[in-house]
Amino acid sequence: MSNITNQSLSEILESIKSKKISSLELTQAYIKNIENAKKLNTFVTTTFDQALENAKKFDNKPNNEQLLSGVPLAVKDLFCTENVKTTAGSNILNNFVPSYESTVTKNLWNNGAFLLGKLNCDEFAMGSSNETSFFGNVINPIGDHLVPGGSSGGSSSALAADLTPATIGTDTGGSIRQPASFTGTVGLKPTYGLCSRWGIVAFASSLDQAGPMTKTVNDCSIMLEAMSGFDEKDSTSINKKKETYSKNLKDNIKGLKIGIPKEYRVDNMPKEIDELWEKGKKILKDLGAQLIDISLPHTKYALPTYYIVAPAEASSNLARYDGVRYGYRSQKGKDLIEMYENTRSEGFGDEVKRRILIGTYVLSSGYYDAYYLKAQKVRQLIKKDFDDSFTKVDAILTPSTPSSAFKIGEKTNDPVSMYLNDIFTVPVNLAGLPALSLPAGLDKQGYPLGLQLIGKALDEQKILNIGYAFEKNCGYKNEIKKWWS
Amino acid sequence: MSKEKFDYFINGEKGKYEVVIGLEVHAQVLSNSKLFSGSSTKFGADPNKQVSLIDSAFPGMLPVINEECVKQAVRTGLGLNAKINNYSVFDRKNYFYADLPQGYQISQYKNPIVGEGKVLLDMPYGSKEIGIERLHLEQDAGKSIHDMDPSSTYVDLNRSGIALMEIVSKPHLRSPDEVNAYIKKLRTIMRYLGTCDGNMQEGSLRADVNVSVRRVGDKNFGTRCEIKNVNSIKFMQMAIEYEANRQVELLEDGKEIDQETRLFDTKKNETRSMRSKEDAHDYRYFPDPDLLPLKLEQKLIDDLKKSLPELPDNKKERFIQEYGLNSYEANVLVSEKEISDYYEEVAKLSDKKLAATWMMGDLFAMLNDKGLNISNSPISAKNFAELVQSIKSGEISGRIAKEVFEIMVESGDNPKKIIESKGMKQQSDPKELEKMINEILSKNKDKVDQYKAGKEKLFGFFVGQVMKLSGGKANPQLTNEILKKLLKG
Repeated sequence: MSNITNQSLSEILESIKSKKISSLELTQAYIKNIENAKKLNTFVTTTFDQALENAKKFDNKPNNEQLLSGVPLAVKDLFCTENVKTTAGSNILNNFVPSYESTVTKNLWNNGAFLLGKLNCDEFAMGSSNETSFFGNVINPIGDHLVPGGSSGGSSSALAADLTPATIGTDTGGSIRQPASFTGTVGLKPTYGLCSRWGIVAFASSLDQAGPMTKTVNDCSIMLEAMSGFDEKDSTSINKKKETYSKNLKDNIKGLKIGIPKEYRVDNMPKEIDELWEKGKKILKDLGAQLIDISLPHTKYALPTYYIVAPAEASSNLARYDGVRYGYRSQKGKDLIEMYENTRSEGFGDEVKRRILIGTYVLSSGYYDAYYLKAQKVRQLIKKDFDDSFTKVDAILTPSTPSSAFKIGEKTNDPVSMYLNDIFTVPVNLAGLPALSLPAGLDKQGYPLGLQLIGKALDEQKILNIGYAFEKNCGYKNEIKKWWS
Repeated sequence: MSKEKFDYFINGEKGKYEVVIGLEVHAQVLSNSKLFSGSSTKFGADPNKQVSLIDSAFPGMLPVINEECVKQAVRTGLGLNAKINNYSVFDRKNYFYADLPQGYQISQYKNPIVGEGKVLLDMPYGSKEIGIERLHLEQDAGKSIHDMDPSSTYVDLNRSGIALMEIVSKPHLRSPDEVNAYIKKLRTIMRYLGTCDGNMQEGSLRADVNVSVRRVGDKNFGTRCEIKNVNSIKFMQMAIEYEANRQVELLEDGKEIDQETRLFDTKKNETRSMRSKEDAHDYRYFPDPDLLPLKLEQKLIDDLKKSLPELPDNKKERFIQEYGLNSYEANVLVSEKEISDYYEEVAKLSDKKLAATWMMGDLFAMLNDKGLNISNSPISAKNFAELVQSIKSGEISGRIAKEVFEIMVESGDNPKKIIESKGMKQQSDPKELEKMINEILSKNKDKVDQYKAGKEKLFGFFVGQVMKLSGGKANPQLTNEILKKLLKG
């Protein structure tokens, strides 16, 4: 079973169930892959001993009734894991070991999975290339000079490199979908409130949402089913019955109406993105879906709105990292104020500082109305655009990103061009909607490109179904040479 | 109502000044757990023993509103005759301090849970209405302890996250006495409601005091100063006194008052500048994205309203109507719920008016003397009622009653038993009394003659002799009657 690790999660689950492979063998195979893939810099922390122990425990007393029976999983290092260091990619949490488990990861373990390690990410999930991490940048297995996307770059890279059978990320403005697109994998940002935020290091509370990153749409539905659910510890969690996404997965999309928003054709967009979009439309049309031109007129304001709302919330959310109770504390400084200044200067990286400054500025008295309040109003308009469109269509198809994976270092000195990478993904977060990024083709350099399906709130099943049908008919397959081992 | 006039003014050389005061009272909500976490709120625990991951702001922790605290705020709002807002919002007030773990306080800024209301004060010059601007819910911070170690500060987070109600008055108060009456009234209302224990020693009730002065007759307010975090009524009064005089002096010298935040130094009895308006924090308030807006159903508000206990103002009216008390008596007897409960229990079993007189006299004096509350009074309401009834029925005289009362305090015994066993019963048999009086009159013939000749003040002498002979037990009323009759004959 040397090839087990390049299979999908659902195939692996099947192999375990049918005892073709033991959980221990599976875990050992991933550990071997991980040890050979240090160059990618995907892991911040590994928990091999713990994983091997859990695998043995499973093999001794297998319970195959669970969604993720006997499967080791690595997760983004933004999820707090009990007794396992949780850094959020930051120096300020470099030594932080939580005494608690995030609801989402606990849900995974309750469904039979166990932890393999913690995956690198942009510092506090702020970044689109995984270059802002205190633990160094992550490399895209697609090419040694490419970024894996961000902020869930460790997750996308590890998944594409067969270092974990599936994973989870968080998506505040595209942090699951953009890295999925850059690595030829599937990524879903669920409806805001579907997955609990409890125990996830917060970036921007009104936008953050955890979601699955997988090799296939079916895997995605399994992971979503396992991780989601109402949590009374999160006041923004949606109280609704749990859905069985994988069981209800259907590839018949005949008659569904797919909206094509004209505002997503942006200036200077590479021709191949346009061609990819056309290809996607054709596949869906051939499957019996109806394409409908729609307009989301406030789309152009989404990015500036996002870059006011997200930093504003972040500036407040990150105030707790002050060196007083946990995490990094500078030894320099003669009073409380100097202790704060030194701790936060040494503990945070440049991108985090940049966003704290922006956020503090837009909330300051005299600027609040002009920036934060206005942004909130625009956010309502963006949401209304989607609401209006969803009276006419079942889902919306757009490109996931305006380009394929870019080169390491290419945009680090130009924050605005970096921010522009999120242009197709941020409107979805502002509106709180679910969206699925699907691998759909390659650009002329042979790098993966993704398409995005946006659904109505809580309509994950529908976009998963469309994605499932699309996947079967698209013929995309990641062909990655393991150049790093 | 007394005819006294309001007279709290400060006389400068250039004129007479009026003091304008507004209070922001921070009242700790009576609840078992904190505003957004399940930690206990009990006072007096060892440092950092009542702190959850939420209170100490660990990564990924989220606040969840404690419904009981919301209900307590609504009850309080209803008790203040205030508008309850069906829609309110929790905001973050951002600032850095070592005892503020989140780096922000969750409070309510633009949309508080309770809007305008009012409180009635009984002042010697009549009743006065004080407007309430708003009431909002917020988290308390922890406590920084600077005197445990010469080089470091220690932080105790037991208070961190406890629910506070900030009750903001309109600038309607005009003297330290009115502030005293206002705080006491607020405390009474909240204790009746069971929404705040009002214990100032434990910090359950504290206030920021806004003070300004203006020439009598001026329509506009003067520039105000805010005195932060004063934790006793006495200190509030002292701080206002000092601050108002300081401001008048400045104005008299032709200087301007800086709008600033000041601290009251209780040792030096003066206020000191803490920070000027320019240095004021920019709190960068914005709605807390971790919490949804608080939407209250009208039914919840209506139900809470229905279940509200009788409040002091209503009870006072009832006491006047039902028990024939005067306004002053009624006021005193409703000032604390426990007192009013005790009184009602006594009044049910005895003479209502006499019960009030004895409670406000001997009982209160005794409790005060011993530093006790009505709830731990050595005399039960039932025994006290029996004592009152014994006086009313003429079984014992008022003078004997005082003796019985003393014994009751010491022993906690039933007054009937005491009167019985000590033979303190009043002599009310007319025949016995007549016999006794005749004996005295015959022994004092000279005095009787003098009396009959017009020296009427000798009457008291005869009464005294009767009391002496009876060991104080002669019924004074009967004694008077019989004496008069026999002296005439």
